[in-house]
Amino acid sequence: MAEGRVTGVGRTDAEPPRTRWSSRRRGSLPGFGLSLGFTLLYLSLIVLIPLAGLVWKSASLSGAELVKAVLSPRALAAYRLSFGAAAIAAAVNVVFGLILAWVLTRYRFPGRQILDALVDLPFALPTAVAGIALTTIYSENGWLGRFLEPHGIKVAFAPPGVVVAMIFVGLPFVVRTVQPVLLDLDAHMEEAAATMGASRLYTLRTVILPAVMPAASTGFALAYARAVGEYGSVVFISGNMPMKTEIVPLLIITKLEQFDYAGATAIALVMLLASFALLFVINVLQTRIKR
Amino acid sequence: MKDPAWLRWSLIGLAVAFLGLFVAMPVISVFVEAFRNGAGAYFDAIKEPDTIAAIKLTLLTAGISVPLNVVFGIAASWLIAKYRFPGKSMLLTLIDLPFSVSPVISGLIFVLLLGARGIFGPFLEAHDWHVIFAPAGIILATTFITFPFVAREVLPIMQELGSDEEEQALTLGARGWQILFRVTLPKVRWGILYGVILCNARAMGEFGAVSVVSGHIRGQTNTIPLQVEIMYNEYNFSGAFAVASILTILALVTLVARKIIELRIRTHKA
Repeated sequence: MAEGRVTGVGRTDAEPPRTRWSSRRRGSLPGFGLSLGFTLLYLSLIVLIPLAGLVWKSASLSGAELVKAVLSPRALAAYRLSFGAAAIAAAVNVVFGLILAWVLTRYRFPGRQILDALVDLPFALPTAVAGIALTTIYSENGWLGRFLEPHGIKVAFAPPGVVVAMIFVGLPFVVRTVQPVLLDLDAHMEEAAATMGASRLYTLRTVILPAVMPAASTGFALAYARAVGEYGSVVFISGNMPMKTEIVPLLIITKLEQFDYAGATAIALVMLLASFALLFVINVLQTRIKR
Repeated sequence: MKDPAWLRWSLIGLAVAFLGLFVAMPVISVFVEAFRNGAGAYFDAIKEPDTIAAIKLTLLTAGISVPLNVVFGIAASWLIAKYRFPGKSMLLTLIDLPFSVSPVISGLIFVLLLGARGIFGPFLEAHDWHVIFAPAGIILATTFITFPFVAREVLPIMQELGSDEEEQALTLGARGWQILFRVTLPKVRWGILYGVILCNARAMGEFGAVSVVSGHIRGQTNTIPLQVEIMYNEYNFSGAFAVASILTILALVTLVARKIIELRIRTHKA
């Protein structure tokens, strides 16, 4: 295989590496060199070089600068809010995501298709729109805020608002990762368990939950990763008070607007490393589902 | 084994309540707020010159970044679906990378690279090329954000449909481009359309990344989402929601188109 690659690279589709590849069914088609070259070039220009620029820039920061920006009390407060609120939001999404996935795959009821389509709305609705809509709903005079505020529950312009916005953006992930697993899960297996006298709870615990867990954890990680980096929907509802309701992406923008490029770069690097760590976890989880 | 009726209906109730609270209510509120001051105010907000300029810039942005990502998506899918080569899973991870980068950081990287104090800043300035705080930067950041969308949708379909027809075309003497345009692309056309719709929705609605590179110059570097933000921050709430309703309609149309294409793909395969 390695040999085939070497001959394939650099050839144009006018000269397909047919002879070397003929033993493999896939690979006799022309265009390997061209598609590889174009894919790598475009990937480098749009994604890799820009991302490398961030790493390059942060390499030029001194250690003291880095520590000062990354570990400032204001940054620490922002991490706590972003990572903490994202964890709560992702946990809520796991619970309701499992319920939604179950309802959508196992039950037939009027309006099921509409419910299923609504799940994807947070993917399609621009975050700024979600942001101003949620803020209006939960603010003092809003549809829900007017009932919550008299009871001392402040959602908009307070940390709970951040959680609400993060629940919105992460909502589809758990549903969409769990749904295919539930569809695949052999209903016979559940029936067999039931006919052998297993109680519903026992079947749930021993058959369904173990099968669904890897997908649910992937969904959690995806929703978490999305929520940690989210900006548009959170920035309107959070109130943006430093130390209190300032999320990390907003802190980066604030630093940038104050021309503190070093600070913005350093904090962005922390976020980037965190998302790469999450990406790694997600990849591991996904290979476990496939197995 | 069927769940008892009480359990079934309480779970359905929970699901409906959750989606109603977190998804349906925000969407409905957009339209209610948009028409709060009547239809006249609604259309005035949309006809405002700054809004029109924002709509134009958004269309231009999507009009460039979506086709770019379509070409890339087809090339990358062809590469990954048709050949075996080492490093393939690594390549897949790299293609997905923009999904896991915060939108704000997606904008920041272009500022650090192409801004006045960026790595290529002096070079661009010497040639009087404006990228950051100009439409070019908005287009670049949007292309980054929507990078994986088409490849993600086309690749699984290309893999699933296999290469038998392509192999046959090859033995019949077809050339590479002929195979691509006459055999492969017609086969995966629904996947491409699906990817285009998702890519376009995100390109038109992107806020965080675009907000970092735009500079918020009214009438010049504002896209629709940025125009919504400006109006909202000026306490022109009904105007902000009126402009936001354009994006909401786009989202709803996207969802419907998506459903239709999903059904198409399913019947196509069957």
